[in-house]
Amino acid sequence: MSMPKHPRFAMRGIRKTFGATIALDNVDFAVSPGEIHALIGENGAGKSTLMKVLSGAVQPDAGEMNIDGSPFAPANPLQARQQGVAMIYQELSLAPHLTVAENILLGMEITRRGLLQKSDMHALVQNALTELDHADIAPFARVSTLTIAERQIVEIARALSVQCRVLVLDEPTSSLTRADVNRLFRVIQRLKARNLAIVYISHFLEEIKEIADQFTVLRDGKKAGSGLVAPTPIPDIVHLMVGRQIDDFFPRSNRTPGEPLLNLKDLAGDPHPHSASLVLHRGEVLGIGGLIGAGRTELLRALFGLDPIRKGNITFAHNTGRATPAQRLAQGMGLLSEDRKDEGLAQSMSLADNLTLSRLPRGLIFPKKLRAITRQWISRLDIRTSGPAQFIADLSGGNQQKVALARLLHHDVDCLLLDEPTRGIDIASKADIYHLIDQLATQGKAILLVSSYLPELLGICDRIAVMYRGRLGPARPVDQCSEHSLMLEATGQEVAQ
Amino acid sequence: MNHLSRFAPLLGLFAVYGLFAILGPDSFSSGRNLETIARQTAIVGTAALGMTLVIIAGGIDLSVGSIIALTTVTIAASLQADLSPPVAALIGILTGTLCGFVNGLIITRFRVVPFIVTLGTLLLVRGIAKGLASEQKIDAPLTYLIDLLAALPRDAWWIFPPGVWLLIILALLTGGFLAYTRPGKHIVAIGSNENTARLCGIRVEATKLLVYALAGTSAGIAGLLQFSRLTVGDPTVAVGLELDVIAAVVIGGGSLSGGEGSVLGSVVGALIMTVIRSGCSQMGLPNWVQEIVTGIIIVIAVAIDRLRHRER
Repeated sequence: MSMPKHPRFAMRGIRKTFGATIALDNVDFAVSPGEIHALIGENGAGKSTLMKVLSGAVQPDAGEMNIDGSPFAPANPLQARQQGVAMIYQELSLAPHLTVAENILLGMEITRRGLLQKSDMHALVQNALTELDHADIAPFARVSTLTIAERQIVEIARALSVQCRVLVLDEPTSSLTRADVNRLFRVIQRLKARNLAIVYISHFLEEIKEIADQFTVLRDGKKAGSGLVAPTPIPDIVHLMVGRQIDDFFPRSNRTPGEPLLNLKDLAGDPHPHSASLVLHRGEVLGIGGLIGAGRTELLRALFGLDPIRKGNITFAHNTGRATPAQRLAQGMGLLSEDRKDEGLAQSMSLADNLTLSRLPRGLIFPKKLRAITRQWISRLDIRTSGPAQFIADLSGGNQQKVALARLLHHDVDCLLLDEPTRGIDIASKADIYHLIDQLATQGKAILLVSSYLPELLGICDRIAVMYRGRLGPARPVDQCSEHSLMLEATGQEVAQ
Repeated sequence: MNHLSRFAPLLGLFAVYGLFAILGPDSFSSGRNLETIARQTAIVGTAALGMTLVIIAGGIDLSVGSIIALTTVTIAASLQADLSPPVAALIGILTGTLCGFVNGLIITRFRVVPFIVTLGTLLLVRGIAKGLASEQKIDAPLTYLIDLLAALPRDAWWIFPPGVWLLIILALLTGGFLAYTRPGKHIVAIGSNENTARLCGIRVEATKLLVYALAGTSAGIAGLLQFSRLTVGDPTVAVGLELDVIAAVVIGGGSLSGGEGSVLGSVVGALIMTVIRSGCSQMGLPNWVQEIVTGIIIVIAVAIDRLRHRER
């Protein structure tokens, strides 16, 4: 790699807005043949949007792209694929009921007089897998019988079979064991030797140090920095990822925590979390940081009774042991789902129905009464809506989230488990929700807040614990935490005290 | 748009009725024929009440026709065994409840999709009915049960036979149950988004069990009406009737993906199908024309449903 090469692909001045939010702002990104380029950034920094632009799933508002010097403007993912851009997503896209060979050659089957030539297909696939150092995968095996690591290899083999020039790997190691990671890295090195341009997206900075040549950091939709991986220390990369000022957007009233309300000892779910212990007091906001996939959502779900518990103790307000969601609600615990669309709210029901769903009166229901209750919450939380009868699907994300929160408040729970309460909502609603959380804590409610947004954790929490690969670290007072220390802990680095 | 789509089935009913009133013979628009249409709608309409609950909850029940047949058999057998008419009717209805309960139990305990479970019980229940009746019609002593759907009510002030009044009262009760009670709201929530329902502490399995038991009960009541029309127990009656019942719910605005549907709509849907049948036969059109027209109406109803969803 001594000679300066022309990039395999280059993206210049890419800009993309979704409504009022700027997802990508004038981003340049280029990768040379035979280069492994790590794309780094916090959740929501714009990595996935940038890759969607590259793969044709999203059309940029401005900017240009080229591949091997010729202009590249895919209208859809199929066109991008035909021009040699292959994406391997976290959720693999194989057909589980078909065999390895059928998957790899899907749409390119070898036929003679209309009949499949299975032996030719198997031989071809066997060669491809051997080249990827995975001769042990049988071409005739059903994909559903393979491990996740093996499926990933099949997916890569499929990408290579369509003459791919650019390979994007999105978090390929998040569900692999260390041994499988090593084996995958050897495969990636082989692909590098075949002069592919490889984009490697990962949260695990130590893996990036191990495998990547170059890196580019995105932050808030802008390119925050780039360079060679080898001479750059991890803390410098972390600094590029988070370098941002916290403003007084986050209220935190003076409050003293009361009695403990929730006590977890070595809680383990299936498969996540592995081990979680914490004590949550009344009048306290306890934050849980960590990366997506670390097991934070699963912790809340297990606590609330939605997911099974393998072992460990939960004590909540004089109740010991596990409970169903109905029992938890009755005990005074409520969960705000991270997924408004598929779990948090029933999109085809009205605002009033959603808000009162967990606490409908026994006996006859008077819709007028429900609407009156709903109107109170609409004005208390400043929900922008045409009225209680409006369908949830017609509200903005921020207002939907307020309805989901209002349901917990209407149920009058003592302990709120909030999972990414401000994800994907506008700034004004965010500020409203931060004020509400502050108010609730001051009233003596206990709040467990999962967030991937570090300024938010540091801004509104009293203490913060970080989860890394299913293990919950110790909760530290917020003045002992920084974005830097949280990011280090979230990526599995030792935190210097 | 929302209000329009809500009344779309009703508008459809007026349109179809108006069409036949213009094109068809004068006898079609007579008051007498209206009464006949109502009478002929009673069985499908009654079964459609339970089906509405099932479809709103995101499920399906294919065993309705078989349950109706089994109900006629148990009622006839009970009457033959010298049980009093109300007791025989109750036994018939409870037969339906039991079948629905079993459906619900299998669906919730073994987590098998409702389509498969009720496809199985469709055969199972039909088999039991045939076995009980030794594959023959069971004659029953004539009692007032056969007057439920009689063509000529004894007193003119009834307007409709008792079976039609039964449908009207049950429809009001079911509609009220859905809109004004907690379990009713829970049913809608489960069909709209089962995850949300769980998150809100709704006992999803118990509620589904209730839904299928109610569907079985309404099929049992439809079976009572069927018996009243046949005057005998017939294990081979109502084959394929479940499709008419499902069609009624879908024409009435029920969405097979759950969360949507209305009791009024389903009854109107059942009426639309009877009107087409009655109109076509009075115009002397052959059976196959009725089937084509009914098929077109179903497709239009589903297309309207899809269009409405795309708007969101």
